[in-house]
Amino acid sequence: MSQVSVVQVSAIRKAYGQLVAVDEVSFDVHQGEIFGLIGPNGAGKTTTMECVEGLRAPDRGEISVLGLNPVRDVYALQDRIGVQLQEAQLQKRIKVHEAVGLWASLYKRPVDGDRLLEQLGLKEKRDAWFMTLSGGQKQRLFIALALINDPELVFLDELTTGLDPQARRAIWELVRGIRARGKTVFLTTHLMEEAERLCDRVAIIDRGRIIDVGTPAELIRRHAPDQTVIVATPDGASAEQFRLIPGVESVNSSGGRFTIRGRGDDLVTRVIACVADNRIKVTDFRSERATLEDVFLNVTGHSIRN
Amino acid sequence: MLRGLLTLTWLEIKIFVREPLGLIGTVGIPVLMFVLLGRMFGRQAGTAARGAPDLITTDLPVLAAILIALSAVLSLITIIAIYREGGILKRLRATPLRSHTILLAHVIVKLLFTGLTLVAMLLAGRRYYPATIDPPLLSFAVALLFSTFSIISIGFLIASVVPTARFAQPVGTLILYPMLGVSGLFVPISSLPPPAQAAAHIMPLTYVVSLLRGIWRGEGWAPHLSDVAALTLVFVICTMISARVFRWE
Repeated sequence: MSQVSVVQVSAIRKAYGQLVAVDEVSFDVHQGEIFGLIGPNGAGKTTTMECVEGLRAPDRGEISVLGLNPVRDVYALQDRIGVQLQEAQLQKRIKVHEAVGLWASLYKRPVDGDRLLEQLGLKEKRDAWFMTLSGGQKQRLFIALALINDPELVFLDELTTGLDPQARRAIWELVRGIRARGKTVFLTTHLMEEAERLCDRVAIIDRGRIIDVGTPAELIRRHAPDQTVIVATPDGASAEQFRLIPGVESVNSSGGRFTIRGRGDDLVTRVIACVADNRIKVTDFRSERATLEDVFLNVTGHSIRN
Repeated sequence: MLRGLLTLTWLEIKIFVREPLGLIGTVGIPVLMFVLLGRMFGRQAGTAARGAPDLITTDLPVLAAILIALSAVLSLITIIAIYREGGILKRLRATPLRSHTILLAHVIVKLLFTGLTLVAMLLAGRRYYPATIDPPLLSFAVALLFSTFSIISIGFLIASVVPTARFAQPVGTLILYPMLGVSGLFVPISSLPPPAQAAAHIMPLTYVVSLLRGIWRGEGWAPHLSDVAALTLVFVICTMISARVFRWE
């Protein structure tokens, strides 16, 4: 992946009265990647994103988007970016194709609206009023509106919030499709699973500050290096053997299941070797990797779910 | 600079017509009321010939016209509040649409329907009102649209500060309708108690009444330039304040 930065944020701060929403926030978004700003509700994700989009002006700090200043050059920028806002609505009785037509009329080089609707699975809903669309259909329409000007950079704010798992997966596929067309995606989410499955790199934000930035795998290795292997065996004496494996920190047993925790990428290999060497009869074997949720818990000291 | 204005205006017209009761409430009901009142009093006035009271020959059309304008303004306040609460304004603003284009589209829609209602009312009223009355309709229409434009700026000021859509309509009503009470339409300003007289002189609707009444009576624009100036001042002041305090979300 190229390392050209399309977004550069350095040390921005934004306060609403006494409340400091975003403080000393810095990160880069690289060309062609899906970049996720992740954190709990109220962490400052939307404020940060809206500063980058030019919808808000930061109190301090510098932002450069596609080489432009989003506050000063907002109109020039709007032609080159696509935006989906959190919890946005359209007029209740606007038809799908009317919304797409209005958006197309606003940009210099719009793509074909009907083809876009077809790609997003909204062809049948062309003449439907906005108010009659399901949550997933509304979000797909908002994606269509964000893509109408063939933007270089697409902003997606809490795109799948409130959607059922099936609709969510469908939207993830669409977002990967945007990346496949060479565009950069900058999204926010409070769903760690979404970030892990979708994002090339993420920035963890909590209480208005960036905690760390990296690929999901890097962050997990850095902040939640523990591996867990679960072995089910009727052989109660095997706990002693497991404890002797290098790198193992704890072994807990309950009802014939041993939960082995330890460090190192090769913990799983070593447990398998131990099982083979000692001819332990195994009825089930499973390994669990840490997730971004564990990372979040470890770096902030609190769970992302409140 | 006004990119999208025509598309957006046309869309908002279609969306408005799709509202249940949208067209009936805005155009139908005022026309119906006017016709009903005309049936009740119009013939009387006709037979009374030259002695037709002011109430019917002048004040009723003026009142009806003002009510059309006020209802247009109230509906504008409500729409802006709903659009803001639903995040529609914010969504539109995150496009190359300029902020003033979005608001201007709504103003145009409201003026259009105000004009339409006025025309429908006059056409329907023809049958019931005495033929002896021959007001300068074109001037009257221009005066009404100008007045509406000025009241709309008050509407924007209200929409700027009203927090939610639920309060928009009642707050607007509470501010706009009492203005009508001291506007000189029901009671001549000179016979009001002194404090109310003072109030009347700072209320924009007083100048609307004076302007519309004068034009309807055929006095022409010249004696009413002060009304026009007052309403222009209202427009400038309200627009300047709301440009500062208007919230998009």
